[in-house]
Amino acid sequence: MEAQQAPTATMLHRNQVPAWIMNVALVIVIAVLWPISVAFDKYLDSYVLDVLIRIGVAIILAVSLNLINGITGQFSLGHAGFMALGAYTGGVLLKHYQNQIPGELLPATFIGVTILGGVVASAAGLIVGIPTLRLSGDYLAIATLGFGEIIAVVLNQIDSIGKFEVGGSAGLHNIPHITNFFWTYAWVVICVVVIARLVYSAKGKPFFAVREDEIAAAAMGIDTTYYKVAAFVIGAFFAGVAGVLSATLSGNLDPGDFNFVKSIVIVVMVVLGGSGSITGSVLAAILLTYLPEQLRAFEDWRLVIYALLLIVMMLVRPEGLLGNRELWWTRKRLAFPEE
Amino acid sequence: MHVFLQELINGLSIGAVYALIALGYTMVYGVLKLINFAHGDVYMVGAVIAYELAVKAVAARSPIWVTLPVIFLGAMGGCAILGFVIEYLCYRPLRHRPRLVALITAIGVSLLLENLFQNRLVFGATPRILPELLPIRPALSWAVGSEKAPVVVTNLDLISMGLCLAMMAVLSWFVLRTKMGLALRAVSFRVDTASLMGINTNRVISMTFVLGSALAAVAGVVDAMRYQVDPLMGLIPGIKAFIAAVLGGIGSIPGALLGGLLMGLVETLLKGYLPAQYNNYSNAAAFVVLILILLVRPSGLLGKTTVEKV
Repeated sequence: MEAQQAPTATMLHRNQVPAWIMNVALVIVIAVLWPISVAFDKYLDSYVLDVLIRIGVAIILAVSLNLINGITGQFSLGHAGFMALGAYTGGVLLKHYQNQIPGELLPATFIGVTILGGVVASAAGLIVGIPTLRLSGDYLAIATLGFGEIIAVVLNQIDSIGKFEVGGSAGLHNIPHITNFFWTYAWVVICVVVIARLVYSAKGKPFFAVREDEIAAAAMGIDTTYYKVAAFVIGAFFAGVAGVLSATLSGNLDPGDFNFVKSIVIVVMVVLGGSGSITGSVLAAILLTYLPEQLRAFEDWRLVIYALLLIVMMLVRPEGLLGNRELWWTRKRLAFPEE
Repeated sequence: MHVFLQELINGLSIGAVYALIALGYTMVYGVLKLINFAHGDVYMVGAVIAYELAVKAVAARSPIWVTLPVIFLGAMGGCAILGFVIEYLCYRPLRHRPRLVALITAIGVSLLLENLFQNRLVFGATPRILPELLPIRPALSWAVGSEKAPVVVTNLDLISMGLCLAMMAVLSWFVLRTKMGLALRAVSFRVDTASLMGINTNRVISMTFVLGSALAAVAGVVDAMRYQVDPLMGLIPGIKAFIAAVLGGIGSIPGALLGGLLMGLVETLLKGYLPAQYNNYSNAAAFVVLILILLVRPSGLLGKTTVEKV
């Protein structure tokens, strides 16, 4: 066992860059994505571009789940449910209004719809978060899994809400294709920066405190319920955004895509990257989306090899790729939690 | 009335299978505090072994009173070995790691088994129907109510419920009356203290997996005869049995039986009373019931409530 190091003030990450510089840098980074995206659309093979965009969506899902599972320590298996809510909100609205949106307003509409998808998902996060917070550990896992399954079953049954087509078990098809490299990676940047700056700021310490020891955190005056619900709401928001992005990527939605297997795939990314490590989640999301593509050569054995690699990786490096560290900080952060 | 009685019997028959699977979850959770996600797939492997043996038995024209025991014992033996190997290779090296790590490995094992059996060289992705060993026919039936509609208990229902009760009896005897059972209870209390008392905890944990997997195999054979054999057949019953174990109070053996039977009843009663187009909601309803029970009584129906102390 590694020596337990008390997190002292000097160990905590000190942000010496003024906030406005970070914000300007953020805007510049997102702006630079636009010409890159145009160039990719023109010169890159459409299959490679598709994989790149799916990696982006996976990063958003993994990082947002990491806030709930890895950083706040609330083991949730319902992330696909939040994603489904966002995906269907976006898909249904965009399909219904696709002929009424003027071309020049499309980007603005898409931003609005993406945020709306996130808001719907985070409302669900709030509704799920509050009652299930009486539970912990495995019970929380199974309750959130149940929530995700309920959403998948309900989406499977509803054919339409009013004049909006939902598709039911046949799925929703012919959603306009809007997602491209720019939209996806702009959201990736926003998601990663928002979550990283939240949890590594002074306001973010309680999230780790709740994970490390809930009773001790409460004794220190932390409102643990508030932080647990906050993690669910923020995590669900980005899951909803990822849902809208993936809905307008393929143009098709199938309620079967959002069952607990999808949730498990996201959990695997978080744990493989190292629970609590944001850069770890990013790495694992890239690896676990790219790997199955590379294994296509093995055809039938592809998923067998994928599963074997997963088991071997967990046996060889159980703390995940990066453990509890971030890629760019050599200094060890909090000790790896036992139990 | 007759719909109610019929669904009651169907529910108990399906619930008995859930109870058998739930026993494996609950025993493993009791000793290791691990949700063994691969357990539903061990049940699937039991069904696959039953299929292979049944095909051979039909080809050899062996009589039914030889075939059935051979299939059940073969599947139980095969799954017991599988359970032992899974524990030995995948969970034992991670025993002292955080529980989440073993959980992810369990998910990996589950994916491995599902995809391995979907491979053409192993079993194939298309569902197959077991050769008809035992024509399913009514074993008992009563005419009920004013309309004299029959309530039917098929021979498969009898096998399912009978095996479940028999397995429960054997398991209770094992856990409560044998030395190994005493060791099992000690380990589920506290692993470290049990090993200080001279109990070989590794052997006890292996034993738990062997027993749980054999019980899952019995459930797998029954469902192979009831439905069909498919590499993904373990997913939904696995989840439902896990819910059953939580419902009854995870770690509690009578709780697994109670939870399994209740899950079966909820499922069939909803199917019987809801209009046909809402049939799929019965799966969701199982989860709703679960969430409600967890909110009211998080330790399950028969679980012990524990207060966390600092």
